Amino acid sequence: MRFPLPWEVNMNKNNVIQAEGLTKMFGDFTAVNAITFEVKKGEIFGFLGANGAGKTTAMKMLIGISTPTSGTAKVAGFDVFTQAEDIKRNIGYMSQKFALYDDLTVKENITFFGGIYGLSRVRIKEKTKELIADLGLEEVANQLVGSLPLGWKQKLSFSVALIHEPKIVFLDEPTGGVDPITRRQFWEMIYRASHQGTTIFVTTHYMDEAEYCDRVSIMVNGKIEALNTPKKLKEQFGVQSMNDVFLKLARG
Amino acid sequence: MGITVSNISKSYKDVKALQNISFDVKPNELFGLIGPDGAGKTTLFRILTTLLIANEGQATVADLDVLKDFKEIRKHVGYMPGRFSLYQDLTIEENLTFFATIFGTTIEENYELIKDIYVQIEPFKDRRAGKLSGGMKQKLALCCALIHKPKVLFLDEPTTGVDPVSRKEFWEMLKRLQQKGITILVSTPYMDEAALCDRIALIQDGKILQIDTPEAIVNQYPKTIYNVSANNMYLLINSLKAYPHQHSVYPFGEFVHYTDTREGFNPEELEQYLEVQNLLNIRIEKTEATIEDSFMELAK
Repeated sequence: MRFPLPWEVNMNKNNVIQAEGLTKMFGDFTAVNAITFEVKKGEIFGFLGANGAGKTTAMKMLIGISTPTSGTAKVAGFDVFTQAEDIKRNIGYMSQKFALYDDLTVKENITFFGGIYGLSRVRIKEKTKELIADLGLEEVANQLVGSLPLGWKQKLSFSVALIHEPKIVFLDEPTGGVDPITRRQFWEMIYRASHQGTTIFVTTHYMDEAEYCDRVSIMVNGKIEALNTPKKLKEQFGVQSMNDVFLKLARG
Repeated sequence: MGITVSNISKSYKDVKALQNISFDVKPNELFGLIGPDGAGKTTLFRILTTLLIANEGQATVADLDVLKDFKEIRKHVGYMPGRFSLYQDLTIEENLTFFATIFGTTIEENYELIKDIYVQIEPFKDRRAGKLSGGMKQKLALCCALIHKPKVLFLDEPTTGVDPVSRKEFWEMLKRLQQKGITILVSTPYMDEAALCDRIALIQDGKILQIDTPEAIVNQYPKTIYNVSANNMYLLINSLKAYPHQHSVYPFGEFVHYTDTREGFNPEELEQYLEVQNLLNIRIEKTEATIEDSFMELAK
């Protein structure tokens, strides 16, 4: 009889992310310091931290574009050290900074991203129809994305990030600057995706966005200093909002 | 010494960026323009700082006309644009000296005004602006906007992209500047910052939705809001939206903010309806309106 290897013991089938002691160093500087956490299937997980806390570096490791210095992590069943390419193919990603091509039409963007993720022509056609109907974009389907209001772009780019039906989608500060009604429509889309079993990983430093998550982690100086449901974190710190939780943690 | 805006309109081709905007900012007031991207906030700032000419309407800043007295206005206003627009390849100290020189003054002459803020970045004064963190850039930009001791300060989304700790510090700085007699017009897409202003204008699609103190705006919210929660957020939102008597249903963090169309709304009735939808752990409690609720009701 052989003993199970550590990851076989720890890798729960329901975990879409499993990170242990994940670390990234740049020279002498430890940007991410041995973070350990897991994210479950269908969970909306908030990944918070101040500017410079190590959030972006940690996320880069999880999406397969930066190799960790040490530790272990699996994302969507793939190892961040040895299967980075598989991770890239099997996750969705959306950032506010870059999402869609402004000088392609709505349909062209969908076709382009469908192609990138290896969908067949037939599948792309089906998906395009479905997605445009879902978002009510029939009338602007042949317009350049650059001409659409910010809120529409965001909803479209979220749908495009899900086009290959990934197990997990990473949202990098998704809703900054949009009006409060559109923002809520966006969160309703997130709830729907989560309900259908897609895991949502959101990085943000807007604490009101954190209130929407099932669980949130807060990074301070490269370490995860808190991880729980927003409700329990507020109780733990004896405050009314996630903003106050954050201020207490970051200021010590 | 404040700001007056009367019937200002501005269009870019077919896009109506500002439509007949009017409001006053009192001397020494901290006034907030609250609205999403594309509301017209930056256009208004550019008109008031004499960088853009309105199609219609009049405006004064510190009792000076934005058209006739544009040169004079520029001596008396400080402007911190939304995009970081200092010289990336000059150091902190060089940027500040540069702006002081342009306005015919020196860092020493007005040091008192910027001291609180400058001491926080002074240890890095030989670092190039391009190499600074977001919070430090923001502090430097504020120092540069203040170095000629302006009467009126314009801050266009100063806290966008800044973490909560830096945001809080920034608002504390603004309060201290206000105490020194400066009139401040600040814009933000974050509704929670509205409460920190003396008065606010809610703005969307080039139109002002309402102007008042944050308390008054919230107090004028026309309905009773209920916090509703249950075991499944997605089903809860869908069920509430399908409820025939719903007036508004908005996710709000761990709750949904619900309002009903009827005068004599009985929460128990809603609870029974939600139970039939197979929801569990249902809670319905009255809650206070926020600026965001008011904004959404007005924009509806």
